[in-house]
Amino acid sequence: MTLLELEDVTASYGHAQVLHGVSLTLEENGASGLLGANGAGKTTTLRAISGTVRTTGRILFEGRDISGLGPDRTAHLGIAHVPEGRGTIGQLSVRDNLLVGAYQRRDRKQIAADIDYCLELFPNLKNRVRSNAAALSGGEQQMLAVARAFMAKPRLILLDEASLGLAPSTARRVYDAIVRLRREAQVSMLVVEQNANLAFSVVDHATVLETGRVALSGSREELMGMDAVRRAYLGG
Amino acid sequence: MSHFIQVLVDGLSNGAIYAALALAIVLVYRSTGLINFAQGGMAVLATFAAYALVRAGTPVVLALLVAIACGFVLGGLLERGVMRRFEGGDPDTAVVATIALLVLLTGISALFFGYEPHPFPSLFPNRTLQLGGVFISLRSIGTIAVLLVVMVALQVLFRATKLGLALRAVADNPNSSALSGLPVSRLLMIGWGLAAALGAIAGVLVAPQLFISPGMLDFILVYALAAAILGGLDSPVGAVVAALFIGVIENLAGAYVDFIGDDLKIAVPFIAVVVILVVRPQGLFGRKVTVRV
Repeated sequence: MTLLELEDVTASYGHAQVLHGVSLTLEENGASGLLGANGAGKTTTLRAISGTVRTTGRILFEGRDISGLGPDRTAHLGIAHVPEGRGTIGQLSVRDNLLVGAYQRRDRKQIAADIDYCLELFPNLKNRVRSNAAALSGGEQQMLAVARAFMAKPRLILLDEASLGLAPSTARRVYDAIVRLRREAQVSMLVVEQNANLAFSVVDHATVLETGRVALSGSREELMGMDAVRRAYLGG
Repeated sequence: MSHFIQVLVDGLSNGAIYAALALAIVLVYRSTGLINFAQGGMAVLATFAAYALVRAGTPVVLALLVAIACGFVLGGLLERGVMRRFEGGDPDTAVVATIALLVLLTGISALFFGYEPHPFPSLFPNRTLQLGGVFISLRSIGTIAVLLVVMVALQVLFRATKLGLALRAVADNPNSSALSGLPVSRLLMIGWGLAAALGAIAGVLVAPQLFISPGMLDFILVYALAAAILGGLDSPVGAVVAALFIGVIENLAGAYVDFIGDDLKIAVPFIAVVVILVVRPQGLFGRKVTVRV
């Protein structure tokens, strides 16, 4: 069953149009990547879905048209967006950040259990639960951002460049946790990533964007088999 | 000795007045991330609502409750109608907008009630207790008691409730808060409403002593801002402690340092504030803002 479907979506910031008719689909429990150079429209595609940029075209989530809904409404429907640049709430403690993630939930006991799960998934956060998010290292903030998205118990996580600015080994650890999260929490993911190796550790299918349009899409094997894709995103 | 204690007690009762408004400033800072200069204007307008009711024969306590409700609605409407246009923009612009609101609200108060001060009945009996040679008015005791209750209530709101957590989150990072499903606009509206409601409490508490007039809180606002900043801006306990400190030190200096006297005593607390902030930039009770880059 299709979870998410974009039909001919355009998006613009003021007069600058960034997406020129993007269409893509994501299956229930699927994980798909968005690849492309800087400025290709990857981040904007995620923003279009979460409702933080003005769009035209249709965006269907679980068969319902969500285009035009603001971010708090799309979050309510089960979409958790981990924005580029982490987006933690700096002056709140790690624990409070996780509680903010669970804002829409009422199941207190399960919330407490999920916080424990997050701390187990990201052991780095465990001894920093009382620290302000702003005092964490870049990698820890990224882990917190992912954990906060998970706390909403979403159907779909939009993950924007979780490796940005991180040392390769830290990025690897973040992605290992994301792989585990995807397996254990059964959540669908749309993953924007410059580093295709990291992306393909989570996703089994990807769409390549070029200047706001879909250039090609295919399974991991298909894309990895293409010389152009390998050269552009896999470093040769 | 009893003179010293009397000066101390008078200082505390002045400090209680500053504390009332300082708490409102802390509340709006915690829930919107702004220093809100319109705070005094909202408080005065809500207090005038109570004044109109009292003049029509309503008991003061009932008038206070109505003023709190009016304040809440007024604050919410100002956020919805005016401040929302500035949200997400430059915070400096929003702060300037609050100054404009202060002028506007003061003008509205004056339009209906004139500029001259009017007497305002006290919530508490107009009696003075004498304890070992020291005079304490019941009004001061009552004011401090109400303040302590409000202070504890705010502390609980921010530290132990979901609404408080949401208000803090939105004040700090509205974009990320929205992505977690927090209704940002509605929360900011609630924050402004609560701040104005608290302003109404402050106004009704201090009006008997200051007499009610549109500019009633202008002077107090300066002290209250100093107290809020000294207390750390985000700490209700800090604001109250700092306000009482300012009241006491001002009175002590006026009474005991000859060349200061009544005229210069206003300068003393501000000098103390500067000195303390040099040593402790985050204020007495403020959390140190740490940012790792």
